[in-house]
Amino acid sequence: SFSAPNSIISLLHNLSNCVLLSESKTDGSFLIHHFLSFFLKGTCKVCFLGLVQSFSHYSTVGINMLQAREKGQLVFFEGLRNSLDMLLPESDASDAEPQPLSFLRWPSTDLRNLFDFVNSSLSQSENDMSRWASPVLLIDDLSVLLSLGVNPTAVLDFIHYCRMAVCSKQQGNMVTLVHNEDDLGDEDCDLVLHALTHQSSLILQVHGLNTGYCRDVHGQDKFQLKRDHTHVFQYKVHDKGVSFFAPGTSSAVL
Amino acid sequence: MAIPVQSMTGISNARLNVEMNTTSFQKKSRSKLLSIPGTRPSFQNGQLLVSTGTTSLDYVIGGGLAVGTLLLIEEDVFDSYSHMLLKYFLAEGIVCSHSFLIASAGEHPDDILQGLPAPVLDDVPKDEIGKINQRRENDVSEESQDSMKIAWRYQNQPKVQTVLAASSRFGHYYDASKQMSAETFESAEYYPFYLPAEVHLKYSVSSNIHIGYIKLLRFIQGVIHKEGFDRACPQSKTRNILRIGIHSLGSVLWGDDICCKDDPLYAYSLTKFLYGLRGLLRTSLSVCMVTVPSHLIQNKAIMGRVTNLCDTVIGIKSFNGSEKDANDLYKDYHGLVCVKKIPYLNSLICELPDTRDLAFKLKRKQFTIERLHLPPDLSDTVSRLNKQDLAESSKLLRMGCGAAATGKKHLDF
Repeated sequence: SFSAPNSIISLLHNLSNCVLLSESKTDGSFLIHHFLSFFLKGTCKVCFLGLVQSFSHYSTVGINMLQAREKGQLVFFEGLRNSLDMLLPESDASDAEPQPLSFLRWPSTDLRNLFDFVNSSLSQSENDMSRWASPVLLIDDLSVLLSLGVNPTAVLDFIHYCRMAVCSKQQGNMVTLVHNEDDLGDEDCDLVLHALTHQSSLILQVHGLNTGYCRDVHGQDKFQLKRDHTHVFQYKVHDKGVSFFAPGTSSAVL
Repeated sequence: MAIPVQSMTGISNARLNVEMNTTSFQKKSRSKLLSIPGTRPSFQNGQLLVSTGTTSLDYVIGGGLAVGTLLLIEEDVFDSYSHMLLKYFLAEGIVCSHSFLIASAGEHPDDILQGLPAPVLDDVPKDEIGKINQRRENDVSEESQDSMKIAWRYQNQPKVQTVLAASSRFGHYYDASKQMSAETFESAEYYPFYLPAEVHLKYSVSSNIHIGYIKLLRFIQGVIHKEGFDRACPQSKTRNILRIGIHSLGSVLWGDDICCKDDPLYAYSLTKFLYGLRGLLRTSLSVCMVTVPSHLIQNKAIMGRVTNLCDTVIGIKSFNGSEKDANDLYKDYHGLVCVKKIPYLNSLICELPDTRDLAFKLKRKQFTIERLHLPPDLSDTVSRLNKQDLAESSKLLRMGCGAAATGKKHLDF
C-alpha cells in the first residue's frame, strides 16, 4: 500500500512534472514499476525507455505491458536488444534510418536520435488525443547512458529537449531514474544528478539505511516536492508491492 | 526434448512462459518450464537457475545463478581463489553436460580446461561419467553386461546404487587436488576464445570499444546463434545451456588500460562490452561468469559503472600475504567474501541473505562460504587492548567490502 506517498504522487495527474528518482546503495526499480503501472492505469500514453532490462522483466511484475503495447498505449524501447545492432553492426554502411542508440557506434552523434524517437512516440495524433490522457516519458535508467560514454552535457541536453517536448508542450510528465554514487567520485554522475535535482518538481531519493543492511526495512525514501517540505518514509519491498511507513514504525519493530 | 515456444518480441531470460496472462501484481505460475539437466527453477520467482559449481556460493546468491544473467567475481590479489571459482563453474558445466565457452587473454583456454578439478568420485561413479558422455552422443547402445543366470530378475538394476543420476543433481563437489580426466571433457561442447590468437592489440576506430572486446562479443554472438542458444531458429537438437567463462576481463592482457591508469584513455570500452554482453545473455539460454581484477582499477567510478551493469557481484579478498594472515582469529578461513549485488529479476524483491559478513575456506573437496564469526578469545593473555585491535581490524575489513555500519564505537562487555 502506498497511502501517504500516493497522495503526493496523485498530484502528478494534474501538473506537468519532471520527477527524479535517485537510488543510492540500493535498488530503486520498484518505483519505476509503480509509476509505470500508475500511468498505464491512468490511461496516459507512455514512452518507456527500458535501457537495462528486458521487456518481460518489467511485464512480469504484473503490469500488463503486452496489452498496453498492442493497444498503442505503450511504446517500449528495449535498449539491450537494440544495442547489439550498434555494437556489432552487420555491415559497414550506415543504416538508412537513424537509430536511437547510434551513439554506441558513432560517439559524436550524441542523443539526438534518441530524442527523435521519444518525440515521435509521444507526439499525439488526433486519434491519440481522444484516447489517451497526457503523455508520459519513463527512463530506466539515465546513468547507464553515462556508463556507455555519453557526455554529461549531451545527457542534460537530451533531458532538456524531452522536458520541453513532453512537459511544456504537451503538459505531460517525465520520470527519470538515476544512480547516486557520491562516494565513488563519479563526477559525470554527480553533475547530471545535481542538474536534474535543480530542474525537477518531485524528487524521490531511495537509499539503503545508514546503519547497514536490514531484512525488514529495505531502505528509506525521501519525497521532496518543490517548494514544499520533505517527507521521509522507510519502506520494505514485498512480492506484490511496497509498504511505506514512518521511520521507526516498521512492523518488525512495533 | 524440444518445447515449441511462440516467438515473442522481448524474450526473457528463460522463463519461457508460453502465455502471458498476468493480472496486476500476481506471481506467475510456472507453466511449461524447460527441464534441462543441471538446472532448476527458483522457488521464489520461477527463474531458471544453474549451479555456479560451488554449492555454498549458490546459497549465498539466492539458490543459484539465473540463466540469462552475468556474475562478476572481483578477483583476490593473486587471483588464486577467484580462478578456483571460475574452474568450478566450468567443471560444473561439464558434469551437467552444458556447452561452455572459455575466453582468456593470458592462459590458453585449453590449459584452463586441463586444469579443471575432478568431480568427487563417490558422488559421480565411473558409470555416470560414462553416461554423461553417452548422453551427449545420443547413443543408446546397450552396455555390455554379463548376463545373469540365476538372479536374472536383477539384470536391469543399476550396478551402483545411486538414487539420482549425478548430472540431474544441482551442484556438485570437486576435488581441488585432482585434475579432471581427459575422458570426462573430451566430448564436451567447448568453444575457446584465446585473445592473442584472434587479434593484434590495437583500438578499433568505429565505436571506441577495444577490438579485443568486439571480437569476443562477436564470437559469443556467433556461438549463440549458430548453436541455437537463442530462440531465433527452432532447434532440432535438445535445448542446452551455454556457460560462458571469461578470465580477468579488463586487465592489460585484454588491451584495456583501466587497470594501469587513473584516467584511462578509453574508459568506456569495458562498460560497452558488458552492455552488449548483457543484451546477448538476456536473449539466450546462457549464463556468464566473469572475473575482473578490480583491485587494479584505480578509478572507483569505473568499478561502480561495471557493478551496475552486472547482475550479481561478489568480491573475494584472500588473507594470503596480508597482515590478517598472521592473526590467529582468522586461521580458520582463507579469506572474505563480499556480496556486493544481487539481482532483482522478474520480481520486485530478491533473495537476500541473512548476513553479509561472510568468509570462505578452500578445503580439498569443498569451497565453503560461511558466516564470519570470531571465536571467543579464551587465551590466558586476553586483555582490553587486544580486543580493541581486533574489533578495529574486523571493522576495517568490513568497510573494505563497503556494506556496513560506520560507527566507531563498539560495545565492550
